[in-house]
Amino acid sequence: MIAFPKATAFICLVGLGCAPTSHPALSGVQPVDSLTASWARPQYPSTYHRHSNSPVFIRNATILTAAGPELTHASIAFRDGRIVAVGADLTPDPDATVIDGTGKFVTPGIIDVHSHIGVYSAPGTFAESDGNEATNPNTAQVWAEHSFWPQDPQIDLAIAGGVTVIQALPGSANLIGGRSATLRLIPARTVQEMKFPGAPYGLKMACGENPKRVYQSRGPSTRMGNMAGYREAFIRAEAYRRRWDQWLSTHKGDPPERDLQLETLAEVLRGHILVHNHCYRADEMAQMLDLAREFGFKIRAFHHAVEAYKIADLLARSGTAAAVWSDWCCFKMESFDAIPQNAALLQQAGARVIIHSDDAIGIQRLNQEAAKAMYAGQHAGIPVTREQAIRWLSANPAWALGIDSVTGTLEPGKAADVVLWSADPFSMYSTADLVFNDGWLVYDRHDPHRRPASDFDLGITSPGAGR
Amino acid sequence: MRRRGNRLLLLVGLALASGAGAAAAQTIAITGGTLYPVSGPPIPGGTVLMQDGRIRAVGRDVTVPPGAIRIDATGRWVTPGLFHARTTLGLQEVGSVPGTNESEQSGEVKASFNVAEGLDPATPLIPIARLEGVTTALTGPSQGLIAGQAVLIDLLGEQVDSLLDRTPAAMVINLNESSKEAGGGSRAGALLRLRKLFADAAEYSRRKSDYSRNQMQSLSAPAQDLEALGPVLAGALPVLATANRESDIASALHLASEYHLRLIVQGGVEAWKLAPELAAARVPVIINPINDIPNFDGPGARFDAAALLDHAGVPVIIVEQETGGPRNLRWAAGHAVRFGMPWDHALAAVTLTPATALGVADRFGSLEVGKVADVVVWSGDPLEFASEAEHVFIRGVEVPRSSRQTELLDRYRQLPPAY
Repeated sequence: MIAFPKATAFICLVGLGCAPTSHPALSGVQPVDSLTASWARPQYPSTYHRHSNSPVFIRNATILTAAGPELTHASIAFRDGRIVAVGADLTPDPDATVIDGTGKFVTPGIIDVHSHIGVYSAPGTFAESDGNEATNPNTAQVWAEHSFWPQDPQIDLAIAGGVTVIQALPGSANLIGGRSATLRLIPARTVQEMKFPGAPYGLKMACGENPKRVYQSRGPSTRMGNMAGYREAFIRAEAYRRRWDQWLSTHKGDPPERDLQLETLAEVLRGHILVHNHCYRADEMAQMLDLAREFGFKIRAFHHAVEAYKIADLLARSGTAAAVWSDWCCFKMESFDAIPQNAALLQQAGARVIIHSDDAIGIQRLNQEAAKAMYAGQHAGIPVTREQAIRWLSANPAWALGIDSVTGTLEPGKAADVVLWSADPFSMYSTADLVFNDGWLVYDRHDPHRRPASDFDLGITSPGAGR
Repeated sequence: MRRRGNRLLLLVGLALASGAGAAAAQTIAITGGTLYPVSGPPIPGGTVLMQDGRIRAVGRDVTVPPGAIRIDATGRWVTPGLFHARTTLGLQEVGSVPGTNESEQSGEVKASFNVAEGLDPATPLIPIARLEGVTTALTGPSQGLIAGQAVLIDLLGEQVDSLLDRTPAAMVINLNESSKEAGGGSRAGALLRLRKLFADAAEYSRRKSDYSRNQMQSLSAPAQDLEALGPVLAGALPVLATANRESDIASALHLASEYHLRLIVQGGVEAWKLAPELAAARVPVIINPINDIPNFDGPGARFDAAALLDHAGVPVIIVEQETGGPRNLRWAAGHAVRFGMPWDHALAAVTLTPATALGVADRFGSLEVGKVADVVVWSGDPLEFASEAEHVFIRGVEVPRSSRQTELLDRYRQLPPAY
């Protein structure tokens, strides 16, 4: 397992008590009451372990490292889940499996910050519809991982598209939809086996049309109602955080009663949970940046951000990333002003750009969505380089998920999340031929036995055939 | 089936005599590019000559008449305009805004429902699609046992009549999960109801005078719907049947055989399982090649389905139904190539194959003398992301390189924008 360098982030895997200084579970001294109190115990911890794989050496490939210039006729070596070396003039270790990369491309594994795979699973019946707890505008208490179905056949399709990490999110029916889960996309029996060790949680929030449509009869039914809903929730969270922080520093009397909803929001206020905000319209994103300032937290990324290009300067200054589609348009009013140059204009303005999917088909070809966005910019005279566009799929989403010190680029010491493409990943005809997740070969296009197939596929399709 | 009525032809004639006609009357020569006529092998260094909205010459040794406008396409790829065989273009603006949606009528049996008069030629979605080389589209309804009549449009025209090319162009029916309700909750019931409708339509057609004298037992649909099924049963109007599960596609084939329908299968998720039967019956399949998500209406979804059908000899028509819109059609064809379909077959799947299936290959789908001058000049391989459509001609008129999207782009290139 990779040691996660940020101890504070690891602490956040514990449900409460991410107060960085005084949490008893971290002090090494376990007070008696922590042996019985739920909040002090591990909360659904990751059981991920790295799968063993022989060392790999890919030679003579074009390598997009997402950390620097494109390397041609270059090699990459990885062992025990870590990248050992990237560059020209490397020699393989004697025990390494050598793969000829002539004419092929190597990139970091793709990271999708916006996926509902596993929470809205195929075959898409009501039984698998577990993504929106649409019973209250604020459901900060729910966790996406508690819905996640590791046998969703869509997982295998995404792996075949070169995706190694996803953020599984609650849907956007609610103002505050609940906690996300950052997962390694590997075949597994339980979601705990997929949980990215040390990754902070995210909080899904949603602006605009969806919450006001879903709750129009009980409210909020307007955008101003949406804003009032967020503010009310965070005002309560402020008080909750204060009560707990006070008790944790004194341990006087009974601890405050645990409230799952406020616990998550208090963690946002402490900066331990990263906010991922579904928000389309430019003016609404500006409102949300002010909301975050009011309560002293940061919005890590706006998702969908269809109108981000209209406030590219504002987003560049705020440091909030913009996770966008290449061209989704016109399915509702807040998507009506979509333009294919959104990502390119954001890049040009110096904002942090991410291409996301929000879609079980789109996640299979995020490299192509990035290609569409890159060329839409180039054709309109907006310069975007391949070195920049590859970061939209890897380094930038890794940052948005708080895992960029572990993965997202091809550099020595980083996790061996590596994809070998048959050709330029920005070409239509390119396919992900080999996908390594933390050094483990999870997918081989040319080996039917190295293509994961979920339980659902058995007896229904020929596993691995055309899937 | 009929071409547009006389009234429509008259209106088109008037349009040709006015401004639109003046543009169409120009003689334009696209020279020096590699032509991909679809109907034949590529022609390097070829010329396409367009006049009066038609293609007048195609080949290497074409004499360009004096006064013709020349477009140098050296190093460029020249293809027919793309033909999108499954859209709601002109019928749907903003999906979630009912006031901008005209493609559906409520109910289960709507054979007489023709979408044409609901078309909005001013929709901003048409310029977005044609800037990516889409020049012709089938647009129509999709819901209900008999959804209604789809029409064929050119993506150029300021009035409904100048947009319309053929109405109706196909009758849309559903043989899948979505039409079970119409059959009392079962697929078998839906087929029973459909057969009864076909029988009544045939009976009505034989005994119209009895019907008008009230001397017939009650029929299973209003006269206008039975009347509209006449061209379907006469084999004149294609039936576009949405069917995804293997058993539903088999049902569609049985129906087509019983009633001599001109069947086109739409959706076709598991069509690859019946590829030999579909090929033998020469039934075209409209498929979205990126749809590989399994569900109980099509559990055998796979990303190489288009290639499998093509290899078996089934006429494959490629469509896209992405949220990005019909502009993505060329990339849907690219996906089929990515997973094994020959490039020239994939190009045909978005040009000549749909034109042939819908009975309009005399005018659309290839670069051939006499066809409507729908021509696109691409900077490179049209199925690649790196390429763009540099010139798009519809009926010999170059479409403007602007759309609502380009206007938004121009406004926000510099921030703050100059409102």
